[in-house]
Amino acid sequence: MKPYLRDFIPRTLSELPEDTSYEAGYLVTKNAGWRSIRPVINPEKCVGCLQCYLYCPDGVIYKWNEDAGRGKVAVDYDFCKGCGICRRICKTGAISMVDEKQALAQEASQERSGQHG
Amino acid sequence: MAKKFLSGNEAFAEGVRLARAQVISAYPITPQTIVVERLADMVEDGSLDAQFVHVESEHSALSCAMGASSVGARTFTATSSQGLLYMAECLYYAAGGRFPIVMMNANRSTALPWNIYGDQRDSISQLDSGWIQAYAGDAQEALDLALMSYYIAEKKQVSTPFMANLDGFILTHTYEVVDIPDQEQADAFLPPFQTDNKMSLEQPRNLGFTAGPDYNIQFNYKEHKGLLAARDAILEAEERFAQIIGRRYSGLLEQYKTEDAEYILITLGSIAGLAREVVDTLRSKDIRVGIIRLRYLRPFPEAELKEALQGVKALAVLEKDISFGKEGTVYTNVTASLFQAGIRVPSANYIGGLGGRNISEQEITQIFTDLANGGQGLHFIGIAPEEEQEEVHAK
Amino acid sequence: MSLNARTLSEEEFFYGHKACAGCGGALAVRIALKVLGERAFAILPAGCMSAVGFNFPQLCFGNNAIISTFAGTASMLTGVRAGLQAQGITDCYVVGFAGDGGTADIGLQALSGAIDRDDDVLYICYDNEAYMNTGIQKSSLTPFGARTTTTPAGQRIRGNIRPKKNMFEIVASHNIPYAATASIGYLQDFINKVDKASRIRGTRYIHVIAPCPTGWGIAVDETVDIAREVVDCGLWYLAEYEQGHYTLNRRPSEFTEITHYLSRQSRFRHLTQEDVEVIQRSRDDKWKQLEALQNR
Repeated sequence: MKPYLRDFIPRTLSELPEDTSYEAGYLVTKNAGWRSIRPVINPEKCVGCLQCYLYCPDGVIYKWNEDAGRGKVAVDYDFCKGCGICRRICKTGAISMVDEKQALAQEASQERSGQHG
Repeated sequence: MAKKFLSGNEAFAEGVRLARAQVISAYPITPQTIVVERLADMVEDGSLDAQFVHVESEHSALSCAMGASSVGARTFTATSSQGLLYMAECLYYAAGGRFPIVMMNANRSTALPWNIYGDQRDSISQLDSGWIQAYAGDAQEALDLALMSYYIAEKKQVSTPFMANLDGFILTHTYEVVDIPDQEQADAFLPPFQTDNKMSLEQPRNLGFTAGPDYNIQFNYKEHKGLLAARDAILEAEERFAQIIGRRYSGLLEQYKTEDAEYILITLGSIAGLAREVVDTLRSKDIRVGIIRLRYLRPFPEAELKEALQGVKALAVLEKDISFGKEGTVYTNVTASLFQAGIRVPSANYIGGLGGRNISEQEITQIFTDLANGGQGLHFIGIAPEEEQEEVHAK
Repeated sequence: MSLNARTLSEEEFFYGHKACAGCGGALAVRIALKVLGERAFAILPAGCMSAVGFNFPQLCFGNNAIISTFAGTASMLTGVRAGLQAQGITDCYVVGFAGDGGTADIGLQALSGAIDRDDDVLYICYDNEAYMNTGIQKSSLTPFGARTTTTPAGQRIRGNIRPKKNMFEIVASHNIPYAATASIGYLQDFINKVDKASRIRGTRYIHVIAPCPTGWGIAVDETVDIAREVVDCGLWYLAEYEQGHYTLNRRPSEFTEITHYLSRQSRFRHLTQEDVEVIQRSRDDKWKQLEALQNR
C-alpha cells in the first residue's frame, strides 16, 4: 500500500495511540516545499523507458496512461524534492529542470486565465 | 495439581511452560541459566511448543523478545546482573513500545568487584526503565508469579513488560516442595495473548516510531499510566488466581504481624523468611515487631505502605543494594512515600547481603534493637560499627 | 517473469519520507520493498532511514515496519521471524535495512548471531560509507582516504587511514545461504538479487552501495551516477556468494579512471598522487583476490 496524505492529525492525548504503533503509511505533510527546481517531462521526447521512475529515490514518478495524452510518466509534485536524478538518468533528454518559482507563477497564471476563459 | 521438589529457577520455568510462552530467547548467565536449560528440556520433550532462540547476547535476547512481541507472540527471556545491564537499552525500549514481555531476573551483584552471588543492585538500578518489578519470596511464589506476570503485563490498560526477580542462589538454586497447577487450570487462568500493538498482514502498522518534542511527553505520560494500572491488574490477577488455582497472595506487599507492631522492618526477596523467624522470636518476648515484604517495587506500593505503617514508632529498611552517594534506593522510595503520606517517624536504612554476604538472625535482631533504642541513619551490615566512618552518611 | 522497471510492482511502500534530496539509501529501501511487496515486515535500526521515515504522525512505510535498537537489527529480525513462526504465519518476508555503521560496527554481533542460527531473514546493508545520520563520522566501512568529521583531512590526519571492512566476505565466511553485493547505480542487478534472495530460505545478506550526496560531497543529482562509477572504476564490485561459491557478476574489461571518481567528491579532494596510487594498488589486489575466490 502506498502511504498517502490524511486529513486527520492526531493531537490530543486521547487521539494519540497508547503505544508506539499506528496505521502504516500515514502522511500528514508534503515535501513540495523542499525544492527550488522541478522536473518537467516532455511527452514528445519521452520513450517510456521508465528509468526515471525506477531511479527516483522518492518514488514520485509514476506510470501514466499513454492514451490520456500526457506522456508515459508523470510526477507527484506533492512529494518531489527536485533532486534531478530523473533528468540525469533520462537518455532522450525528455526531462528538464525548471525553476520552481517560475513554474508556480506559470501554474497560477494558467489557473487565472482558465478561470477568466 | 502435582507436587515437585524444585529450585526457584525450575519453578519459574514450570510457570513459563504453563503460560504457553511462544518465543523464548536464551543466553546463559549465572545464576539464571537453569531456567532456560529447563525450558529447553521442555521444548525437547514436547511439553512446551515454543520457538527457542539461542541468541548471542543479552542485548539480543531482549531485542529478539521485542521482535516477537511486535508481531503478537507471547515471549519470555531471562537474565541476571551484567546481562541485565548489557540489555539496559532494550529495557527502556520494550517499556516504551509497551511490549508485555516477561523476563526473569536472577538477582546478582554487579561488577566491579566481580561476584556471582546474590544482591539486588542489578534490578534496582533499572527501576526507572518502565518495567513492572516483582520480587519473589520463595519457589512457589516464583512459579505463581511466572503465570500471573503474563496476565498482568498483557492486560490492555497495562501493556507493560514484567521483570520477576528471584534472589540469586538463595532462591534460584534452593529446592523446596512446589505445587504445580494443571495445564487446564493454567489455561483457565491465563487467556491467549491478544493485542493491537503489533504488525500484522491484515492491518499493517508502523511501530517503534519517533515522537518529537510536541508529542514525546504524551507517550511518556501514557507509559506512566500503564505502569500505575498494573496495581489493579495485580490485585485482579491474584483474586483470579485464588479462585482458579487456590493460592492467595497479598498484593503489592505482604505484612507479617504488623497490626500492633511498634517497630517494622521493611525488606524484599527471600530474606523476609529469616526476618519472620526473628519476629516470632522477639514476639515471644513480648516485643511488638513486624515485617513488611515489598512484593513489587514498580508500581510502588504507596497506598499500602501508608496504611500498614499507621501507628508505627520507628521503621527500618533492609535492602541488598545501594545508590552510591545517597543510600539504599528502596529506603529512598519508602521514606519519600511516608513523607507524602504525612507519616513522620524515625527510620534507619540497613544495606546488607551485598555480593551474597550472609545476613544472620542476630543481625536482623540487632536492627530491631537499634530501632527500639532510637537508632537512625545508614548502616552497612558486615562493616563493624567501630570501623564505620561518619562520611557514609549523605549530607 | 523477470522483474524490471516494467514488471515491478507499481505500489510504493516507502513514500513521503524526509530523506535528503537524492538520497541513495532511500532508493535502496524503496526498490527492495517494491520487489518484496506488501507481505514484507521491515526492521530498521536507528539511522537515516528510520529517522526520515517514522516521525509520528508522518509514517512513511506502507507495509509493516518497526524501528529496532541500533545494535539490534538482526536480533529483532530474528524475533519477528520467530514470533510469526510461532503463530504459523510463514507466507511473508522479514527484511532489515541497516546502514554501514549499524551493520559493520554496532550491529555486527547480532548479524553474526542471526547468520549462525540461519534465521529466515533478509538483511540489507545500505552502505553510504559513514555515519551520515549523525553528520558524517567514520565507520568501519568508510573507505581509505575519505574525509569525515572524525577523520579530518589536515596535516596530521589525512582522512581515514584504514581500508573498508570486508563485510561481504565476513558474512560469506559464516557459510550463509546467500550473500551479494550491489549498487544503487545498477538497479536491475540489485532487483535481481533481492528477488533471488526472496526465494531462498535461511539468512540472506545484500550489501548495497548507496551514496550520500551530503557526506560524499557531490551534487544531489549525481547519486546514481557516482554509484555506477564506483563499480566501473573497480572500487566496488557486484558479486554473489551462494552455496559456497563466489561469482563476480560484472568484470569491467577496463576500469574507468580512479582519479575521475575520486576528484568528483569533496571527501577525497585532499588526496595526493601517492594516496591515489595506494587506492589503485589496493583495488588491483582486491580484484586479484576476488578472481581467485571465484575460481576456487
